[in-house]
Amino acid sequence: MADLSLIAGKSRLPNIHPAALVAAVFLLFYPAFASNFFIFQVGAYTLVLGTIALSLMMLAGYGGMVSLSQLTVAGLAGYLMAILGENSVGVMGLGWPWWLTALTAILAASVFSALIGAISVRTEGIYTIMITLAIAVAFFYFVRQNYVIFNGFTGYAGVEPPVLFGIYWRDPTPFYYLSLAVAAFFFFAVLYGARSTFGLSLQAIRDNPRRMRAIGYDVTLHRIFAYWLAGLIAGTAGVLMVWFNGRISPGSVGVDIVIDILVIAVVGGMRHPIGPFIGALAFVLLENFAIDLIDRERFNTVIGLAFLLVVLFSPDGLLGLWMRIKNALKLKRRTLPESGGGQ
Amino acid sequence: MRKFIERHTFWAIVILLVAGIFLWMIFAVWPDWLVSALGRKKTFVNTFLNGLTLAGLYFLVASGFTLVFGLMRNVNLAHGSMYLLGAYIGYEAAEASGNWFVGLGVAFIAIAVTGILLQVLVFRRMEGDDLRQTLVTIGVSIVAADLMLAVWSGTTYQFAPPEWLFGAAELPIISTIRSSGQEVFIKYPVYRLAVLGVAIAVGIALWLFLNRTRIGMMIRAGVNDRDMLAASGVNVQLVFALVFAIGAGLAGFAGVIGGTALSIAPGEDIRYLLASLVVVIVGGMGSVPGAAIGALLIGLAEQFGLAYFPTYGVVLTFLIMVVVLAVRPQGIMGNS
Repeated sequence: MADLSLIAGKSRLPNIHPAALVAAVFLLFYPAFASNFFIFQVGAYTLVLGTIALSLMMLAGYGGMVSLSQLTVAGLAGYLMAILGENSVGVMGLGWPWWLTALTAILAASVFSALIGAISVRTEGIYTIMITLAIAVAFFYFVRQNYVIFNGFTGYAGVEPPVLFGIYWRDPTPFYYLSLAVAAFFFFAVLYGARSTFGLSLQAIRDNPRRMRAIGYDVTLHRIFAYWLAGLIAGTAGVLMVWFNGRISPGSVGVDIVIDILVIAVVGGMRHPIGPFIGALAFVLLENFAIDLIDRERFNTVIGLAFLLVVLFSPDGLLGLWMRIKNALKLKRRTLPESGGGQ
Repeated sequence: MRKFIERHTFWAIVILLVAGIFLWMIFAVWPDWLVSALGRKKTFVNTFLNGLTLAGLYFLVASGFTLVFGLMRNVNLAHGSMYLLGAYIGYEAAEASGNWFVGLGVAFIAIAVTGILLQVLVFRRMEGDDLRQTLVTIGVSIVAADLMLAVWSGTTYQFAPPEWLFGAAELPIISTIRSSGQEVFIKYPVYRLAVLGVAIAVGIALWLFLNRTRIGMMIRAGVNDRDMLAASGVNVQLVFALVFAIGAGLAGFAGVIGGTALSIAPGEDIRYLLASLVVVIVGGMGSVPGAAIGALLIGLAEQFGLAYFPTYGVVLTFLIMVVVLAVRPQGIMGNS
């Protein structure tokens, strides 16, 4: 486990690995040398997608519940921003102040997530995938056919972050720092939460629910609470997502995007909270630069094949691959002197 | 059946009452108050028949899904892709040969072979690792959807079924009686009735296969205890491949049937995947009769939702799923 401190986040300060410090400094000063495209389309987008995938990683990695409806939760928050706040479509748009809208959207999303949890936690394993996938698809069809609240096929446009302290928060650099702050906050919250009493009992439930039930833990309640927490993360990321895009429509909560989030989490690795962000970076880079290699139209084939390769050959994702390479190198270094002595 | 009535007398009465009311509403001539409450009888009966035929289609797709799940604990999320691929391949075959039935047969065989390949090349390597198998099927469905889009583009295709399946049949159900005393009968497309007939036939055939043949016996034994079956000298891998072939083949078969009743277009794979998921969750995973009950409930709910509350139709389907999960997490016919 000592390897994990490489990425970040030993709680005691003196133990911070130099690589984590370098990463932190790099992330902080990134906008100083990157172009607007790299700040906004790559940097901020990676952080937002990574945060949504983080909520999935938290549920799947620590709770053993692979929920495919985390993007749906984020999407609900995004829709609520457009419905309760302001939009340019002329449907709904109740015009609440931005802080109240954001707060309500995030809380509603977390409650929605807890409800999804309550529905799905009574069954286990792959059943969770099936039920959450069914919920995600049903939500997509629902917002597409409902014109009264969700404005049907077109959805909403013109959802803007507020102008605060004289800064327009959708400008690349401010938005990058906003997403960085949110992502870092939840990253450390998950890292810290994993070692709290709740986090430890959640992991114990993942490993052996029957034993935990026998000891006297309320397994169902723990799981639902985990869903609620994941909903907070996904909901906040959903608010950022709608600010990033400026619009939300059924396409933003479609099955392909739901699967993208799963791909990001799995490709990155579900063992450590840094995984989803690595996965998101890989995904965003591929999305932006795969055009140069192949036809833009066939992007999904590339993503699907990458996902298949990872699932087939490195179930722990890129993170697991890195660990294995490192271990192999270590092993080699240890055996080298012996073979050298033989010659 | 008798056991069910003895154990759940109340629910048996409720189910019988609902069925009775439905039958009365279909065959009786509606009094004026009912017409003013629900609209014309024609809409109601057509919705009901649409629901039934849709249920038949859902059953064809979901029975393969549930069969595979029951035996191998493998959630094949590429099942929707197999439906769509079957439809496309069937279309090509029917176009090339000029015979719709050739399309149907080719679709069944081609998708059955695809299923065997998937089972032998991929799933056998990760036996017992349910989550990874499921993730692999997701990956397969992403790639498959994209490649099908590349080959057949986003155009909508329409089958041409044989002549004698065209047209509408007059049913012995009176919709209204005109003031002149003339009775108006309800008309319904023959093809859709044929879909219902095929679904029922496949259901009966599956039941006979599972309950009256030696291989069916092996499959049922495998559902109950896979290891015991292997220990008693049966080549389990062969049984697995066979079941996967039947399950996948049924999806391809349904692709042609459904593609003729509606149409073939990208996105249909997701629709039928959702349908199979919900049907199997509601009906009980791994149970073929459960798939029939689930398909009936979901098909009817979807059509009635669409006809009577257009913008909340999906919610009805979803509510059924939530209620079933809350009351019986293992599904209506599932065993815990």
